[in-house]
Amino acid sequence: VYRLHGRYHEMAPNVVPMDYTRDPDVKLPMQLIINMPELKENPFKERIVESFSEDGEGSLSFNDFVDMFSVLSEMAPRELKAIYAFKIYDFNTDNFICKADLEKTLNKLTREELTAEEITLVCEKVIEEADMDGDGKLGFADFENMISKAPDFLRYYFKKQ
Amino acid sequence: SISREAQLFVEKFEGALGKGKGKKFYAYKVMMTKKWMKFQRDFENFKTACIPWEMKIKEIESHFGSSVASYFIFLRWMYGINMILFGLTFGLVMVPEALMGKPYGSLPRKTVPRAEEATAMNFATLWDFSGFAQYSVLFYGYYNNQRTIGWLKFRMPLSYFLVGVGSIGYSFMIVIRTMAKNANDDGGGDDTSFNFSWKMFTSWDYLIGNPETADNKFASITTSFKEAIVEEQESRKEENIHLTRFLRVLANFLALCTLAGSGYLIFFVVRRSQKFALEGLENYGWWERNEVNTVMSLLGMFCPTLFDVISSLENYHPRIALRWQLGRIFALFLGNLYTFIIALMDEINLKARYLLPFTLEEEKIVKYNMTIWEASLYNGTIPENSTAPPIQVDPADVPRGPCWETMVGQEFVRLTVSDMMTTYITILIGDFLRAVFVRFFNYCWCWDLEYGFPSYSEFDISGNVLGLIFNQGMIWMGSFYAPCLPAINVFRLHTSMYLQCWAVMCCNVPQERVFKASRSNNFYMAMLLFILFLSTLPAVYTIVSIPPSFDCGPFSGKTRMFEVISETLEHDFPSWFGKVFGYASNPGLILPFILLMV
Repeated sequence: VYRLHGRYHEMAPNVVPMDYTRDPDVKLPMQLIINMPELKENPFKERIVESFSEDGEGSLSFNDFVDMFSVLSEMAPRELKAIYAFKIYDFNTDNFICKADLEKTLNKLTREELTAEEITLVCEKVIEEADMDGDGKLGFADFENMISKAPDFLRYYFKKQ
Repeated sequence: SISREAQLFVEKFEGALGKGKGKKFYAYKVMMTKKWMKFQRDFENFKTACIPWEMKIKEIESHFGSSVASYFIFLRWMYGINMILFGLTFGLVMVPEALMGKPYGSLPRKTVPRAEEATAMNFATLWDFSGFAQYSVLFYGYYNNQRTIGWLKFRMPLSYFLVGVGSIGYSFMIVIRTMAKNANDDGGGDDTSFNFSWKMFTSWDYLIGNPETADNKFASITTSFKEAIVEEQESRKEENIHLTRFLRVLANFLALCTLAGSGYLIFFVVRRSQKFALEGLENYGWWERNEVNTVMSLLGMFCPTLFDVISSLENYHPRIALRWQLGRIFALFLGNLYTFIIALMDEINLKARYLLPFTLEEEKIVKYNMTIWEASLYNGTIPENSTAPPIQVDPADVPRGPCWETMVGQEFVRLTVSDMMTTYITILIGDFLRAVFVRFFNYCWCWDLEYGFPSYSEFDISGNVLGLIFNQGMIWMGSFYAPCLPAINVFRLHTSMYLQCWAVMCCNVPQERVFKASRSNNFYMAMLLFILFLSTLPAVYTIVSIPPSFDCGPFSGKTRMFEVISETLEHDFPSWFGKVFGYASNPGLILPFILLMV
């Protein structure tokens, strides 16, 4: 945790105090966080930061910062990772991954290389595959069910400390 | 509240470090686990880095799809096989002869004849593999038939024979073993119940921090989606069965017509060239002399394009269309190869038909000539039938007998070299110059060059795979007669890999419909096995039934090449061993043994 604090501090040395015993209320804005080397190349960096921030705007206090890294670490349990992954992919934060969310995810993943009809095809297929309760969008239960069977899920959510 | 849970979790973790008994041991255990996992990851990275060209192939795979990458993986596998063949021929045949055999110039078979000496060092002669290149360890004719050479008593002829047979045996073994291994993998099958969802949510690697790696990852994700989309579209296609069937029958009919036409054309051209040969080649210009080669190359260039056009009638899944394409081009090249072999065999037969019944006669004639010639050196000063002191004659002046094995070896080497040159020039002109032209002339041209004709070229998988397979067939056929062939091929594959990787990334564009390669490479392996079988037939035939030249090579003086084995058994092994081997070599025992192994 001390290393994390060091990282947090070096992002904005004049704002972050070294001493946390008095629990100060300091938040770092999103712009600074998404420039960290671990997150820079990630297409979902804004979503990641937004989903861990308490005020939903993207500013992270130190607690949020620690939360983020602990979930992304190797030690976090699978269920916790699944919960946060769901939050990341839910762009409009309505607790469902609907077709628009899927389209945005796909565009971020392929950097908009696919044509419109290819995108529609893929989104339809995803909903067809994973939607168990038939409401046309993915609830958390659907997402959890699908992710638990995936062989690759844990591999890509590791983080070096 | 979730973040509260997470906080508690972190505190608990910290607490295990901070309080309780055995905290030091726990900390130590945790540290060791972390170090071990890091070590494992680093080792995996190291192992991957050791595989040659792995990064290049992964890059190509992410931009062009797994089918194009499968060609390069196949190329790399062939390179491995050729390295082993090269090791065998180089280490056990060429090096011992170079180090321990009689040096150049000591024997007639090792020296350039006086008549050719003037041109022996010219570049043109060397490029054609005559002159000094012909009379060196590179070819069959150089090797002496002495039973053992050097202070190690290295059995040269035996080694030559065993290396030849062993290379073929090794090739068979490894191709069959790879097929068996691939067949096992194939049975796994993939769980496609959440195919698209997994691609969407789990393909991004959160550990990527490097922009170039990120680029490759984006490209690979896009390609993977495109492949999955093609699969999906194919499975959704509705077919008008009757129309499709009719079109497919029509397409096959057209393909058969093309094959028949090309076969007849080759037959016609070969007949003409035999007629030219009988009348003497000096009367004709360049075209007549090289007619067969040029016609074969032209057919090889244009017929596959024709097959491509025909296959657009058929409307198959791209993977299946690729197989049909491969099959048809395979049949085309097989026809070419068959005709080439007939031509070569004809040449040998021509000489053999006139020479074989007379070989013994010719031997006598040449030997008689040699005695007369020696006698002429004495100028008749010494009466016949007396032992004269041996005169030192320069080996270059001694008359030679014919050496068909070296001639055959030379043909194969020339073919390989010209094939290599053709491939490289085609890549440079067909892909690179075309790309340069399209890129730079697009500004001042009437129509859009990049979208219309000619645009950038796609990577031709079928042509390249077949080229590789047939090239390997040549090597297998010729390496018995020219031990330098595997070395040349290793060089060729090495440069080919770099050249083609560069050409693909720089001048080609991915295909319209990127499709996933079949799980195993068994289709390629099956063709390779077939070619291996075909190419070893001529060599085996010559070993078993044609007597070797009497004047050159490690088997000169014997009636059949495989006699070297029985000779070794007689001389080098104790007598009881010979008896045991005699019983064991009973075909009744050998056949079941071989069947068991397979």
